[in-house]
Amino acid sequence: MTQDDQARTTDAPPADAPSTGAHMPPLERSVVGSVGVALMGAGLRSARPLQKLVLGTVGAGLAAMAATGRNPIATALKIRQSQDGEVLVGDAVTVGRPAAELYAIWRQLENLPQLMTHLQRVEVLDEKRSRWTVKAPTGEVSWDAEITADEPGRRIAWQSLPGAAVENHGEVLFRPAPGNRGTEVVVRLAYRPPAGTAGAIVARLTGEEPAQQLRSDLMRFKREQETGHAPTTEGQTSGRAAKGGEA
Amino acid sequence: MKAIVWQGTNKIGVETVPDPTLLLPTDAIVKITSTAICGSDLHLLDGFIPSMEKGDILGHEFMGEVVEVGREVKKLKVGDRVVVPFNIACGVCDPCRRGLFSACDNSNPNHRMTEAMYGGVSGGGLFGYSHMYGGYAGGQAQYVRVPFADVNPHKIETDLSDEQVLFLTDIFPTGYQAAEQCGIIPGRDVVAVFGAGPVGQFAARSAQLLGAAHVIVIDRVPERLAMAEAAGCQTINYEQDDVLVALREATGGRGPDHVIDAVGMEAHGHGPGALVDTAKQRLRLTFDRITALRWALLSCAKGGTVSMPGVYGGLIDKVPMGAAFAKGLTFKMGQTHTHRYVLPLLARIEARQIDPSFVITHRASLDQAPDLYKTFRDKQGGCIKVVLNPWA
Repeated sequence: MTQDDQARTTDAPPADAPSTGAHMPPLERSVVGSVGVALMGAGLRSARPLQKLVLGTVGAGLAAMAATGRNPIATALKIRQSQDGEVLVGDAVTVGRPAAELYAIWRQLENLPQLMTHLQRVEVLDEKRSRWTVKAPTGEVSWDAEITADEPGRRIAWQSLPGAAVENHGEVLFRPAPGNRGTEVVVRLAYRPPAGTAGAIVARLTGEEPAQQLRSDLMRFKREQETGHAPTTEGQTSGRAAKGGEA
Repeated sequence: MKAIVWQGTNKIGVETVPDPTLLLPTDAIVKITSTAICGSDLHLLDGFIPSMEKGDILGHEFMGEVVEVGREVKKLKVGDRVVVPFNIACGVCDPCRRGLFSACDNSNPNHRMTEAMYGGVSGGGLFGYSHMYGGYAGGQAQYVRVPFADVNPHKIETDLSDEQVLFLTDIFPTGYQAAEQCGIIPGRDVVAVFGAGPVGQFAARSAQLLGAAHVIVIDRVPERLAMAEAAGCQTINYEQDDVLVALREATGGRGPDHVIDAVGMEAHGHGPGALVDTAKQRLRLTFDRITALRWALLSCAKGGTVSMPGVYGGLIDKVPMGAAFAKGLTFKMGQTHTHRYVLPLLARIEARQIDPSFVITHRASLDQAPDLYKTFRDKQGGCIKVVLNPWA
């Protein structure tokens, strides 16, 4: 790892960046503001009182969001953002296995789609570079990334290369857990949603947002590592199966 | 096979459903020889436990014979006679290794649901007890799939009858854990038990086994109080007496050294507090009616323990925290770590210190179960505990 790499990954670790609610980037502010003003106008022109009220209220709310640059919907959904509009995601799980073993599994990047179900595939291009493909609300999205830090048994950091459809960077830490409990696996990542804050909200509401996927993926990883299988009730018998429905 | 199925609030039915199959190589299939209706099943009947789905197979107190094992099962074999604890444990995660089996990290596939409700924490899976707790099919049926088969079923290799060992799956360990976590000083401590249902009965007898100087049981149903009296407990009928005054009188004004709340979320109680709880629960403004818990906190002696085997589901209000703080009480609560108790309590049964079958008042077939759910809930016909024979 070069000095530069270290500076980049330790100066701005995503999860340490201040999270001050959801800040909308300038373009999103102007779009939201225009829609808000248009709705308010439509509300004022409407002859029906209920429509007047609803359109007026929603329009005023959007205009206020644009004016303040804050997105209270994203804040309410606990979507964390950095000052410059990156969405921050972080989670952690303790796995009862040694750090070196878990690191080795993650370092085989081709393995990652088995750990992270929303990842379609990871192709290793060379020592540092790889091509990532994920499922997104809109279909498949691909980008190239490079490993910016690799500390065997402790940490892997990456960053998307310029021109990525979804700009992102992040790191995975493997820390020994106190008291012989195995390893604390900590994932921190930051990405720039293609459609700004609104895109992150849509993704959250459709269950496709990385924070949601990350939790499930980490729990499945822990369970497979500790017990050999993720627990399941899929396909079990029930009174629904008897009626020809889903078991 | 035949199974008892949840069909909606206040609707329990007997249905023919497909036999269970192995879903993972660590599973086993058990042919059930005896199964019971538990007091906590009544919270499902009454619709107070969220995330039930129509068609769910109920039941979490059951035992039987192993008829099939997955290829990774090592300790269990076809033909073994087993009791199966109601909570599902993986046996290898950190909580399981510390003996906190009901807090298993790995057995609940629907961890997201409990994490959302309970602050990022998911307990282990339970048989037949809502999707929040894993959505596992239960054991009020002719067969059941048992996950982590090397960890969960315990072999019974003595000639004790089903009825003598069946309650090792839940109510006996649950009552015992409630008494054990009081830290009773033998020959000195007085223990009060709120609720004389099956768990209360086992809590009272466990307190005696652990050396309590005196045990007081509080309920309102005459036959339940009579059962506690038969074990040598003092009883208080809260409909006839002022509980707090009666407990002070029974303990020389000190209050019981430890109080066990074996009632939980559906306390009947009486007075304005109970009416407010009931109204709020109907309006879904609160999950739990907590008369028993309030009495427990108010009556407990200084420095005492309030032990709570009774099930609570959500947010509760008007808790007398000032009283609890002033007296320096300790709270102990949670699902039973059943696996921890199976062998020690089996030893007590074999040593004839207790015969758990004393609690059974009704024996029936699966077909009679839907009616018996209501008989049990409404405490009709002297009903305290129902055991079902799936093959009758």
